[in-house]
Amino acid sequence: MNGLTILPIFIIFPLICVFIILLFKSFASEKTADIVGDILALLVAGVLAATVFTLIGKNGIYQIGLWKIPYGINFYFDGLTWMFLAIINVIAFLTLMFSINYMAVYTYKSQFYALFLLMITGMNGVVLSGDFFNMYVYLEIASIASYALIAFGTERGELEAAFKYIVLGSIGSVLIILSIAFLYANFGLLNMVYIAKTFALSPHSQFMKYVIILFLIGFFIKGAIVPFHGWLPDAHPAAPAPVSAMLSGVVIKVLGLYTILRVVLIVFDFRQITGILMIFGIASVMVGSFMMYKQEDIKRMMAFSSISNVGLILLAFSLGTRLGIFAGLLHIIYHSMMKSLLFLNSGAVYYRMHTRKTGKLGGLSKFMPVTTATGVIGSFSIGGFPPFNGFFSKFLIIYATVAAGKYWLSAVALFGSFLTMVAFMRYMKNTFFAKNHNTAGIEKKDVPFFMKLSMTLLAAMCIVSVALVVPKIRDRVITPAVNVLMNKKIYWNTVLK
Amino acid sequence: MIYVLTIILFLLGLYGVSVKKNLIKVILGFIIMDSAINLMLILIGYRHGGIAPILLKGKSVATFAHKAVDPLPQALVLTSIVIGLGVTALFVAIAIRIYDRYGTLDVTKIRNLRG
Repeated sequence: MNGLTILPIFIIFPLICVFIILLFKSFASEKTADIVGDILALLVAGVLAATVFTLIGKNGIYQIGLWKIPYGINFYFDGLTWMFLAIINVIAFLTLMFSINYMAVYTYKSQFYALFLLMITGMNGVVLSGDFFNMYVYLEIASIASYALIAFGTERGELEAAFKYIVLGSIGSVLIILSIAFLYANFGLLNMVYIAKTFALSPHSQFMKYVIILFLIGFFIKGAIVPFHGWLPDAHPAAPAPVSAMLSGVVIKVLGLYTILRVVLIVFDFRQITGILMIFGIASVMVGSFMMYKQEDIKRMMAFSSISNVGLILLAFSLGTRLGIFAGLLHIIYHSMMKSLLFLNSGAVYYRMHTRKTGKLGGLSKFMPVTTATGVIGSFSIGGFPPFNGFFSKFLIIYATVAAGKYWLSAVALFGSFLTMVAFMRYMKNTFFAKNHNTAGIEKKDVPFFMKLSMTLLAAMCIVSVALVVPKIRDRVITPAVNVLMNKKIYWNTVLK
Repeated sequence: MIYVLTIILFLLGLYGVSVKKNLIKVILGFIIMDSAINLMLILIGYRHGGIAPILLKGKSVATFAHKAVDPLPQALVLTSIVIGLGVTALFVAIAIRIYDRYGTLDVTKIRNLRG
């Protein structure tokens, strides 16, 4: 098992810490539980983020309980899994650092940490699992934790947003378990590698096409792809800022995009899906970009920008070429960093100004230097200015569409990028540099230390991660994932020699 | 044929979630959808004239393998029932809080966020 025996730590460590935090909440005072929550959450996320980087380049499976597959369930680890594990754990670490100060104004901070660690457990499990039903269980764990986290402040807006998300998210989950039931009826087992091999060697029946469509709809609902995006513009603004950062930057990509990649593109090897992905990608880019404009709430604008960027990623994957897949994966990594930075930034603005409406903000550059600097870096990144990372990923996506000969996709991608750039330039000007007449009663200083530290680290990552395009680093980090997506045989050769 | 009936039950649950105006009826619709999926999973594992999948002392493994119903969907359904329970509990808790804040359980009136 070549060094992969450390894999269960990604599930067990956060889960045990959830129980420890809740035990402290029941048997000790509120303040002790809060501090224990702070320490444990940072410890968990830090250890997991460090462990991810020791696993770089490894490949293989881990059989749980040492039961041989297909009699037992297994964890599957390859380049694509590694990439997503890195995104989840590193951004969770930075977001948890931010929430040490931000969540101090909420009550029940320890339960926030418990729910957050539960969400991390679920997402790590989705990415690691090599079995369909196992993936569904972890998907549900992550979803339930995120439903509860959105409703955390129990204000009117948050409850309504959580209600909309629960209804739509549950319909998505029910569609997924329905497809898994049909899969079991057809194949007799639920191990992903075995199904991949059987599916590739047998003719494709009509029934399997419907099953794949059902899967796709379920994952589209989870990933907020138009026209199933109805929950996202309410849920992401209503949640507390660290939860929004995690949701928009990581959760919709893990529960939506990773599952589409793993289940539809790798296990089912379904080339005709690229047409469907293209249509939904175009719809997402257009709807997201147009609706970004008339929003007065800064977080709602960023939520629509997430929809637009996820559409851009789908466009990149729908090309089917190697460059397209590389551009899509790169945009997943970069956008999660940029969007988390922007949401944490909006959280810092809200922490001081107690409002999210564009009309009431402005002039923050005078007394919030770190927030302004990181906000400017985030806006420039997502607008696609060199030398920040957003420029490279957007340029590669547009270049990939041109290289594949699909010029109408280039037009759509350019249009979406241009609207994103204009909207975020306006955000930057209105929030940080315009004149503000409503600063009465506001403390004129910057945000507390951990918030500044996490935003600075994310902004630094936005600049440093440009190194991922350099061929030597790219070949260690992203090329294994591209190889698995382009050539399905690598997927089952890892397991069935 | 039986599977068509479970699909009809699923569609009834979906109708409840999408059309009904009372929040509690939406929750009930979701519960019906869950039950329909669980029923379908168990039915997939059924074998005509089968026995329960418990290996008793006197029986041989060969007759067990020939006659027992499939135990794997039963394990899947156990997990799925618990997941459904968790989501329903969370949903009802949020419904109670919504009633506290909005004073109504009418879905068409809970529309604070728009745009």
